This record gives sequence, C-alpha cells and structure tokens, in this order.
Amino acid sequence: MDIERHEYDVVVIGAGGAGLRAAIEARQQGKRTAIVCKSLFGKAHTVMAEGGAAAAMGNVNSADNWMVHFRDTMRGGKFLNNWRMAELHAKEAPDRVWELEAWGALFDRTKDGKISQRNFGGHEYPRLAHVGDRTGLEMIRTLQQRVVALQQEDARLHDDPEAYIKVFAECTITQLLKEGPAPEAPISGAFGYWRETGRLICFDAPAVVLATGGIGKSYVVTSNSWEYTGDGHALALLAGAKLINMEFIQFHPTGMVWPPSVRGILVTESVRGDGGVLRNSEGKRFMFDYIPEVFKDKYATTEEEADRWYDDQAGNRRPPELLPRDEVARAINSEVKAGRNSPHGGVFLDVSSRLPAAEITRRLPSMYHQFKELADVDITAEPMEVGPTCHYIMGGVEVDADTGASSVPGLFAAGEVSGGMHGSNRLGGNSLSDLLVFGRRAGAGAAAYVDGLAARPAAPAETLAEAERAALAPLARGDGENPYEVHHELQRTMNELVGIIRKSEEIREALEVVEKLKERAANTGAPGGRIYNPGWHLALDLRNMLLVSECVARAALLREESRGGHTRDDFPAMSADWRRRLLRCGLTPDGAVSVVEQEQPAMRDDLITLFERGELSKYLTEDELVAYDTLVKES
Amino acid sequence: MTQTTAGRPTSEPAGRKQRAQIKARTLRTDRWWVAPAITFAALTSFLVYGFWAIFDKSYFVEPYIAPFSSPCLATSCPEGARFLGLAPFGDWWTLPPGFLILGLPAGFRLTCYYYRKGYYRAFWLSPPACSVAEPHGKYTGETRLPLILQNLHRYFFYGAVLIGAVLTYDAVLALRDAEGNWGHFGLGTAILFINAALIWAYTLSCHSCRHITAGRLNHFSKHPLRYKMWTFVSKLNARHMLLAWLSMYSVMLADLYVRLVAKGIINFPFA
Amino acid sequence: MGYKAKFRIWRGEAGEGALEDFVVEVNEGEVVLDALHRLQATQTPDLAVRWNCKAGKCGSCSMEINGKPRLGCMTRMSTFTEDETITVTPMRTFPVIKDLVTDVSFNYQKAREIPSFTPPDNVKPGEYRMQQIDVERSQEFRKCIECFMCNNVCHVIRDHEENKPAFAGPRFLMRIAELDMHPYDVADRKNAAQEEHGLGYCNITKCCTEVCPEHIKITDNALIPMKERVVDRRYDPLVWLGNKIFKRSGSGSGSAKSG
Ligand SMILES: Cc1cc2nc3c(=O)[nH]c(=O)nc-3n(C[C@H](O)[C@H](O)[C@H](O)COP(=O)(O)OP(=O)(O)OC[C@H]3O[C@@H](n4cnc5c(N)ncnc54)[C@H](O)[C@@H]3O)c2cc1C
Ligand code: SF4
Ligand code: SF4
Ligand code: FES
Ligand code: FES
Repeated sequence: MDIERHEYDVVVIGAGGAGLRAAIEARQQGKRTAIVCKSLFGKAHTVMAEGGAAAAMGNVNSADNWMVHFRDTMRGGKFLNNWRMAELHAKEAPDRVWELEAWGALFDRTKDGKISQRNFGGHEYPRLAHVGDRTGLEMIRTLQQRVVALQQEDARLHDDPEAYIKVFAECTITQLLKEGPAPEAPISGAFGYWRETGRLICFDAPAVVLATGGIGKSYVVTSNSWEYTGDGHALALLAGAKLINMEFIQFHPTGMVWPPSVRGILVTESVRGDGGVLRNSEGKRFMFDYIPEVFKDKYATTEEEADRWYDDQAGNRRPPELLPRDEVARAINSEVKAGRNSPHGGVFLDVSSRLPAAEITRRLPSMYHQFKELADVDITAEPMEVGPTCHYIMGGVEVDADTGASSVPGLFAAGEVSGGMHGSNRLGGNSLSDLLVFGRRAGAGAAAYVDGLAARPAAPAETLAEAERAALAPLARGDGENPYEVHHELQRTMNELVGIIRKSEEIREALEVVEKLKERAANTGAPGGRIYNPGWHLALDLRNMLLVSECVARAALLREESRGGHTRDDFPAMSADWRRRLLRCGLTPDGAVSVVEQEQPAMRDDLITLFERGELSKYLTEDELVAYDTLVKES
Repeated sequence: MTQTTAGRPTSEPAGRKQRAQIKARTLRTDRWWVAPAITFAALTSFLVYGFWAIFDKSYFVEPYIAPFSSPCLATSCPEGARFLGLAPFGDWWTLPPGFLILGLPAGFRLTCYYYRKGYYRAFWLSPPACSVAEPHGKYTGETRLPLILQNLHRYFFYGAVLIGAVLTYDAVLALRDAEGNWGHFGLGTAILFINAALIWAYTLSCHSCRHITAGRLNHFSKHPLRYKMWTFVSKLNARHMLLAWLSMYSVMLADLYVRLVAKGIINFPFA
Repeated sequence: MGYKAKFRIWRGEAGEGALEDFVVEVNEGEVVLDALHRLQATQTPDLAVRWNCKAGKCGSCSMEINGKPRLGCMTRMSTFTEDETITVTPMRTFPVIKDLVTDVSFNYQKAREIPSFTPPDNVKPGEYRMQQIDVERSQEFRKCIECFMCNNVCHVIRDHEENKPAFAGPRFLMRIAELDMHPYDVADRKNAAQEEHGLGYCNITKCCTEVCPEHIKITDNALIPMKERVVDRRYDPLVWLGNKIFKRSGSGSGSAKSG
C-alpha cells in the first residue's frame, strides 16, 4: 500500500483554538506548517465553548489586573497549578484577545465601545470576553479566517495558498514518529490516515505540536464530542513524554439530564453568572449549605445579599452558585444522593423567575434554542433540570511553561492536552485564554526548536511499517469484537467507578475492567472498506481511550486526598502535604503505565507574596508557611 | 535549517467526485406545492382584476376616486377627479387614465424583493419550493438583462412615495360630501384611509427604504436619528410579506368598492 | 416507550448507491442522529455520518431528512409519526464520499476567495472601539455554524452545477456582507460581490433563510442589503451615466465606505 508523504517544518495536530493559534504563530515565523485534524476545518471542540475567554483587561471593572487573575486561577486550582503557566496566562491573555479583535472577531461591547466582560465562577471581577453564549465559535472562526488570510497572502506572494500553511482535515494521526525508540530520541514526524479515503499518510517534520483537546469520550455522561478520545495524551505517552495531573477531571455542574439522548450536553455557566439559581426538589437554594471553609469570606451567606450582588458587586459578596465548578458539582451530587432531586435525577436551574424573557433570549440565545429544540423546555418560563457532566481534563502532557516543549525533543503541546496550568480545577473561561496564550507559545517554541536544529531527524523504516500494520489491523479482523460495545463498556466503567466521587476499591475494580477491555480492544474488528468507516476509526481510538483511562485511574488511586477535580470518599480532606506532590504518568519500556510522584516546585517569591498569609495557611504546609513569613519579613 | 516544500495533494481518482445519484426531483413528503399554488392563484386574480379595472370607466364618484385610476392627469377625467384640479396631459390622452400612472405602482411591486420571490417561485418555478428541483436547464438569475433591471427597485420606491401621498390626498378629499362640504365620513372614506395606511406601511417596509434610512451606513452610532428610523423600518420590514399581501388586497378592494358605488350597485346611505 | 422506526437511508460511495431500508429502535427524546448511531452500533458499523457536538453548534451533521436539509442532531424523532418511513440522504449539491458524508470542499474553496478582514493600518490591537449597535448586524452573520445547508439548498448551484465557479453561495455572500458592514473594514467589496462572487445570481427566493439552523435572516439582512449596497455603487443612473460619459472604469476605484 502506498503511503502519501509530506514534508513540513511544523506539524500541528489539532485545529481547535490551541492548534490554530500555534499554527498561525509557526507560519508567521516563516515555518512551513501543516494543521491536521480529525473533523472538518472549523468544527473542533473549541466551537462548543460558550461562556467566554478570561482576560484581565479591566474593561468593566478597572480594578482587575493580571495579579488578581493570577490569584483567582491559583485559588481555583487549589494551588496545585504550575504557577509559571498561571502567571504567563494572566499576563498575556489580554493581548491575545485584542489580537483576535484585530483579526476580525466581534465581541460584545461595553458602553464606551470596549470589549464587554462577564462574571463567571471563581473570577473576582467580570472578566470573560464573550459573544452572547457562542464565544468558542467566534474564536475558532476568527482563527480559521486568520489562517485563510495568511493563505491569501501566500497566494499573492508564492502563487500557492498552501505554500506555507495547509490544513489536512478529516485526517487522524495514529502515531508519532521518532528517530529511535528511546524516550529522548527526537521527533521526526507523524503518521495517520485520511478518514475520507482510508489512505495512509505520513508527515516528515522535526517538530510536532499536540493540540488534540481532551478525553471526555471515556465517560458516558459528558459534554465532549466523539473527537475527545485522548489521542494526544496517548500519542505523547507512546512517544515517551509524561502526563501530569491526570487524576483531575472537571465535572461541570450543569449538564442536561433529560432527554437521555442529550444527557451531558452542557448548560453554560453564564446561566448562573447572569442570575440563574440552583434549587432542589424542595425549592431550596441549597448552595448556601455548601460553601467550603476556604471560601467562607468570599461568598454571600443569605439570599438577599446574593441577589444584591448582581447589581452591586463592590458592596456584596457573590452568590454561592458561582463557586468553582468542583464545589458546585459535588453539591449537586450530594443533593441528588440525598433524594432531593428533580424528576429526571438532577436539580433545578432557574433563570425564568429571575430575568425577563426577552433578556434571557438576548443573553443566552443558544441555551434557549438548545432547550427548546432538544428538550421541549422553554427556559424563559420554566426551570431547567441539570446535573454534573464530565467536561474537561486538567491533566495532560507535562510541558515547559514558556515554550510548550515536552520532555521529548521536538514534541510540543498546548491547550487541553497539556497539563499544569489549571492545577486541580480549571476556572470557567480560563481554557479559551489558555489556548491562545499557550497555543502561541507552543507555535513559537516549535519554530525556535526547528531553527536550532542542525539536521532533520528521520524515522527508521520499520517504524513506518509497524505503524501501517497497526492502523490496518482492525480491518483485517472483519468478524472481530464490536468496537462500539467495548467503548460503551469503558464509558460505563469510568463513569461509575472513576467518576466524580471516588473510592479505592472502585478504582481498583475499574483498573481490572480496563485490563480486560484492553484485550478485547486488541481483537476488535471493522467490517466494511476503508472509505469513511466509523467502525474502523473507533477501533483505532480505543487504544488511546484505554491508555488514558488507565492513567486517570492509576493516578486517582494514588492521590489520597480530595482536591479540585479529584474527590476521594475515603480521603475527603485536602492535604497540604499532597499539594507539594504531582503524579506523573509514563510508559515503561514494555508499554505498561507507571505513575511516579514528583515534587511541585515552590512558587517564585514575588508571586507567593501576592497572597495573604490567612489564605495560604489553608493550603500550605507548616514549612512552607515559615518560608513565607521570612520572605515577608525580609521585604 | 532549510525550508522544505509542502507536498501537493495527490489528485483524486476519477469518478469519485460525484453527487449522490438520486433520480427523484424532490424527496419532500410535505405539501410543498401548496404555497406556490396559492401565490399563483392570488397574483393571477390580482392581474385579472387590474386588467379589468384599467378599462372600466366608472372610476369616479364624488367624493371617491378609485385608486387604480388616481391620480387622474388628463382632461378625459371628470372635473372632480382631476388631481389638484389640473390635467397636465391635456386632451390628447384618450386612453384610460390608469395607463398614465399605473406603471409606477406596478413597477414598484414587480421589482419588490418580496414579489420577486413570490413570482420566481410560483410562476417561473425557479425554484418552486426549497429543495425541489427547478425545471430549467440554464439559470443566470439577475445577472443580465432583463432581470438585472430589478436593481432599479429603489427608483420605483421613490415613485411609490408619491403614490402614497396621492392616495392619502384622495382619502382626505373623501372627507367632503358630494357637494364639496367637509365633514363627510362614509364607508368609502374609511376604506380609502385604511388602504392609504396599508400602502404606506408596505411602502415604508421596503428593503430599499431600509437601506436608504441607515442600512447603507456602517456606523449607526454616529447617526442616532437615522438609526432610529432604520430600527422602525426594520420592524416593519420583518412583516414586508404580510404588508405586501394586505396592501395588495386593500387597494383592490378599495378600487372595487369605489367602482361599485360609481356604478350604483352599492348605494346605501353611508357609502 | 421506545418503538421501531422505519428508515430509508441512501448508502453508497462516489455517487453510486441506493436507498436502503432499515428498522431501528428509538426512544423518547431522541433525534435522527441517535437513530443513526444506534444503527452504527448494532447493524451497520460502517454507516458513514459526520457529527461532532450533537447540540447544533458545530454544523457537521447536515443531511437531508424527508427531502429537507436538516441537522441530524436537531431533528427530533417526535416530529415524525411512528409509522412514517423517514428518508435520509446526503446533501445533494456536493459530491458524496460515502453514505451521508459529502465532500464540502467547495465551501472552503469559496471561503478562501473572499478577501479577509482589512482593518485600517493605524489601529493597534486593543485600540478598537466599537458600539454594540454597530457590530450587531455582523454579529448575526457570525452566528453561522458553517453547516453549509444554505449553500446546499440554493437552487443556483443545487440545480445548476455549472454555476459553481461563478457563485459563492449564500454562506459566503453573507460573509461579504458581514465584512462590508464591519465598522473597521476598509476594503471595497461591492463591485466584487457582484462581479466575482455572483451576488446577481441570487433571486432572493429565500431557501437559504428557510433552512438555516441558526435562524439567521440571510436573505433579508445580508443578501438584500448587500444588493442595495451594490446598487449604490453600480446601478445608480447618475453614477452609471457619469461612468459612460467619462469612460472611467468605475470598478474598484477605492472610494471609502459610507458612514
Ligand atoms: C460544551 C463546552 C463548553 C465550554 N465552554 C468553555 C468556555 O466558556 N470557556 C472556556 O474557557 N472553555 C470552555 N470549554 C473548554 C474548552 O472549549 C476546551 O477546553 C478547548 O476548546 C480545548 O481546545 P483545544 O484547542 O485544546 O482542542 P479542541 O478545540 O478540542 O481541538 C482538538 C483538535 O484536535 C484534533 N484531533 C484530536 N485528535 C486527533 C488526532 N488523533 N489526529 C488529528 N487530529 C486530532 C481534533 O480534530 C480537533 O481539531 C468548554 C468545553 C465544552 C465541551
Ligand atoms: S435567497 Fe438567493 S442565495 Fe438564498 S437560496 Fe435563494 S437564490 Fe440562493
Ligand atoms: S448561514 Fe445558516 S445555513 Fe448557512 S452555513 Fe451558516 S448556519 Fe448553515
Ligand atoms: S417594496 Fe418590497 S422590497 Fe421594496
Ligand atoms: S453534530 Fe454538531 S451540529 Fe449536529
């Protein structure tokens, strides 16, 4: 079988916000860049983001600045974040958003004509640049159109629009190519197949940027699409890179719960930011009962105060519906467990009694649309039913904050597939800005890496033959196991056993199931031909989902505390000691997942002193506090 | 290090790039032909009526003038029917007075964006309904003569404003009785007023009008008054189709009513 | 309360194919895409259908259901009677790859032919100031999820393959309108809309508006206003006469935008 071959300087895998921003940067630095993605151009998962992109521009409240944003991000992540990433993110996000505007994005405006910003959970000030509730769409379209603009420029200069940047849409990468098997051997390209034709394709490139998004499709109830099979996570592992923080998965508190076929689809947090409240079957605003100790002084304790906050944010504390997502998700989970659930097993989210109908349809048009068309519910007249849904993975490829470089030379990662930035829990709106900030940095990092290379690494011929064999294997087993069944079983297992609340026995059980599923997955078959055959595609994706699920479960088993997106029933408290430890997943030479602890580097002096001692004392160990005190005394 | 050349996409095997071969003209299962059929019937009835009305001579009875024959600009009209009492065309014009002016409203409606949709679908079947194949082998739309002339719509709009003014004037004159004394208010007066109002609503909801008020601007915020007008016109414009039909029937009914009174078929006291 | 639904689905590759009958279980609250997925999982693992978000946000799952362009993920089964046979076919205007998946590269080609946003040289990022009312019109058009159903339904190319080179389709004529109405765009797009992108082919029969899942008023708010803007430039008799008399080319003479 002939394999299509292409040569590039930088191959970006993924055409979401992170991938496109990385590719634009690499191209602007003069590198020949390929963008490879599994679905059509402009359909990546980023298009689903609703609420907005967090950037401390201070347009609505001028008290906002990068330091406040930095503090909010660290707080949201329960101080487990890679602080350097959180710092860069808070500092650079405004520039990245403004840049989008110069490329044609049309955000909603303030009265004085600046970009309007909205409130979101965990953000101290209104901070999310947005366009109604379709911010992700605006972002991806703007970046897509920026790519087109660059292509038009190339058409003028080189007579070929695709001379420097080309999109390979509906093309799936199944393997990264390296000069050799050792973890430190440099990247030499990527291998995959065209979904459309089933043709195999090989990219020869010294730098690869992973921007493949998340892993949600390992869960039944998820806001994520079929693309989220953890490909990038798995590709990185298989190439010898490390994953960190894999135990932290964000369950968004408000997903649809009914009808069953849309279970998990997201109900944007803006509903709460714009006044929506959560009630249980008794009609009680239960979130007041769930304000955790660490947040006691930041959230309103009475309904009156909470309601006043919407109009006067300076004089009142915010409503507890706007606590970070992990808190709200756990609260809903507890209400449902206690039997105070809505008819279909969720709780009520109500804006209808809080805003006039016209205002609701103006501020939340796509939510209105979504409920009307999918559930026959008019959100301007009746409450929605919502429950937690698997939404985002904080964990991912361990990267250098400044360049996005992984431990494998030539391999970079940005966006949801990278880890560290969000610590144990991501704040809403921090992902879209993360994509832009670190997408750009990874693109620049890859370009600089290519500039510094003396020669292009090449993959040994056997690697290619092996990749080809692996890709075609399911087709040869036409009567093999049904991949859809294996997938479904994995989803159920992860949802039930490594879901929002975890226990040691259950995680162990999950690991056993995953082990069995691995064998079954190796025997899945795909009847039919190579042209656009979804059964075949799924059979190949299973490897990635299983690998990633195993990492999640193993890390979850080891971390004996509860923090952010990781809640252990048997270790319900947060431990200052565990804060200093990161769990790092890798593969042993024989392909087994291994997880090792690694110390979290201490925060830089000027950053840690941005926090009050009172707050730090809730998170840090005694030793760390002593160090903090001396620091403060010295300055 | 050196730049490398991006590979060109390998050409597709021949024969792959084909539409799905489905013979049926449409797979729609609803009654898609109802709407164009109704449009066809309604527009046809209007044309038939209009043709008759032009040649019908009983277009005037104090104080009413039938809209299809107003303004009357020739000496062939009865004294009272002459627009502003004038007859600029003098006595050489012997054809029915409607011919002098109907070109304006007819052109306005003929080039109206809504009616275009209506008759392209119902008469020309291009397309008869969405996702129903049209019967024509070739299609060039409004790119060349004669259909490129549809672009003149806005000039008909200016004319239509005049027509609206005339019809309002006619309605005001209908506030006099047959002797010319003010204070009359008959059924005919009401009909002429309602008609004039609907004609105005239709005229102002015109897309060209929307464009002229402020649609052509890119900075509404710098022209608050025009923006206000635009917002108002846009609201009407959203109902343009409805207004097109209402005003078409109102003008037809008003015209018919006046003629029936003029013919003495209707002659109850409050006419 | 599930029931067995009857489907007729076009299956085939590269144009050759036929409608095949299937019976599949559907449950309360499901949409057509759910039924297709159940078919994949239980009967036809290689049934090709595009989808991503399953929430009407990405515009991947465009298909024709009972002859009408629809998003599979937003077409609820409850809109059909239980004994009805539901016909599902790929979009007709584009070449078919397999089953319900079509080659939509026409649209990406057209996207690339429209000159991009062109801001003035002297505004830096962060300095843009625009009022909400000035961006609202273009924002409506930016709601587009690129499902390409408007281009699919438009008879100009649906019924006349030969018009494809000359006609950008409603999606991209709307893109021109979006940029032409952008408060900061300085490019002159009016002549090009007519001459290069085929605005004149549109006979405003509104099928694009009828099928748009985002309920964008494509014809009323983008195409007709754009036609009017073109009239400003090209069909104003005075301008036209002037051009004739002074033999100016008249096109692309770079006059600034109004307002
Ligand atoms: C419903 C929803 C709402 C959200 N709302 C918000 C919000 O309001 N604010 C916010 O900040 N965040 C939000 N998020 C999170 C945010 O949207 C995502 O985290 C973010 O879009 C991820 O972007 P990305 O660039 O990393 O990847 P994606 O946009 O997911 O792109 C992944 C890309 O990788 C490609 N790909 C994957 N695997 C392969 C492979 N093997 N070969 C080739 N290509 C591959 C895919 O085709 C795709 O193009 C939301 C998420 C969801 C699901
Ligand atoms: S209104 Fe114009 S663009 Fe839209 S479908 Fe009709 S002809 Fe095509
Ligand atoms: S304008 Fe509407 S129909 Fe056309 S591609 Fe966009 S969303 Fe789809
Ligand atoms: S009158 Fe209908 S658009 Fe002008
Ligand atoms: S799957 Fe995204 S629109 Fe239907």
